[in-house]
Amino acid sequence: MSDPFGQISQFLLDLLTGWGLEAGLAAFLLKLLGAAAMGMLALFSTFLFIWGERKLLARIQIRLGPNRAGPFGIFQTVADFAKLVTKELIVPSGADHFVFLLAPILVVMSAVAVWAVVPFAPRFIGTDINVAVLYIVAVGSIGILGIMLAGWSSNNKFALLGAFRAAAQLVSYEVPMVLTLLIPTMLAGSMGTVSIVEAQRQMPFLILAPIPALLFFISSLAENGRAPFDLLEAESEIATGFNVEYGGLMFGMFFVAEFLHAFTIGALTTTLFLGGWLGPGVDRYPILGVVYFFGKSLLVWFTIIWVRMSLPRIRIDQMLAFNWKLLTPLALAAVIVFAVADKLAPGGVLGRTLVLLAGNALLAVGTLAGLWVHARASRRAATPPVGSTAPMRVNPS
Amino acid sequence: MLQDWLFIGLLLPIAVLLPAVAIGLNWLLGPKKPNALKRSTYECGIETVGEAWVQFRAQYYIFALVFVIFDVEAVFLFPWAVAYDKLQLYMVLEGVLFILILAAGLVYAWRKGALEWV
Repeated sequence: MSDPFGQISQFLLDLLTGWGLEAGLAAFLLKLLGAAAMGMLALFSTFLFIWGERKLLARIQIRLGPNRAGPFGIFQTVADFAKLVTKELIVPSGADHFVFLLAPILVVMSAVAVWAVVPFAPRFIGTDINVAVLYIVAVGSIGILGIMLAGWSSNNKFALLGAFRAAAQLVSYEVPMVLTLLIPTMLAGSMGTVSIVEAQRQMPFLILAPIPALLFFISSLAENGRAPFDLLEAESEIATGFNVEYGGLMFGMFFVAEFLHAFTIGALTTTLFLGGWLGPGVDRYPILGVVYFFGKSLLVWFTIIWVRMSLPRIRIDQMLAFNWKLLTPLALAAVIVFAVADKLAPGGVLGRTLVLLAGNALLAVGTLAGLWVHARASRRAATPPVGSTAPMRVNPS
Repeated sequence: MLQDWLFIGLLLPIAVLLPAVAIGLNWLLGPKKPNALKRSTYECGIETVGEAWVQFRAQYYIFALVFVIFDVEAVFLFPWAVAYDKLQLYMVLEGVLFILILAAGLVYAWRKGALEWV
């Protein structure tokens, strides 16, 4: 029981070599099996995530949600899949065919590929590469590229607007996300996800770094492109934006990617800030790690849906100002504060925690003061004294 | 080292293959009766004028440019963050100096009005 995942992989390895395969080939086949299993798991779990999200949305809106197909409507997504898979694939005549087909595949690929470095439990991880954090950023950007390609190749003005908004939004929010990723890297002294989880054995980074955790969460939400940051597919403004020309499963693939990504955000937040699989008793029974990991991830996932239901969509100028004038400076300041504070912190968990918490408090006070000054300035600008030439703030866009 | 990347090398083709298979299945199962009206651009019911690949406002492009500056600089910061435990205080301060130069870029873009949505 001490190492179930290691034992399973050893058992399969022994089985394959027992069939007379070479050790190298057996190891390769095992990796292939693992990769196929992970890809399947990621895509098929989306059936559950979509159902779960629709159920939760319904509860928040005091509705029942899907409740016809199977117990609690759990097969609703399967029914939707069956419907989408028998639809005609329409490629608009003016579209760039190859790019149009490629885009949904790229989007799903990026959502699945991130799972390779997510540590679900001790020794239960696709691969423990030493640049996992950079890998997450790099692979995540492919999804953004897919969305832009989809909007661009459709030859539709609404889709093009969606693609431009994707370029402005997804790309902008990448900046605070990458900058806040520096902080777990710095605190753990490694970019590997397993080392980052292990470094949280004494104290999860959420307690050491609550503000970077919040920054990461908000910018990930924007990366996912859903309310309150769903400008790229704003139904009431630009039809559905980048995916307006898509139908059938090609359309479905964008939603597979989006719903899967919502859970992936939970998994990444758990890994980087909530201590991953760590929890009481996990060293004796590693299988508990899976429970802790999915428990924490689903908690974050629930928060994402909660935010989605609670907040209205923001305007594009607000979205960009929020990123460039609040999140990015705050992320830069957070990196500086953590770099200096962690170096000056005395040894021992308690001393380090207190010094870093003081740094967080400094950041919070600084941010609130800045916001207060800004709010006062814009109030004054909005109500100019009689006879002055102060410009009125007009509604942009 | 290279062994670690094998899994990713295997997962990426699988991650491409799975949605491609799903879309292929859709192509097999779905009806195939295209006509000119069905394949026309879906905009607002009136016949579409011109194509979508037109010159467009540069505002979006400026944000993408500012992004490139930050992302490239952030990549330079990652080795510094990994080596953080081994660094002396003055080396950390040099990193801070680098971030401050980066912040100066942000202030410049801000003052120039590149971050205003007009």
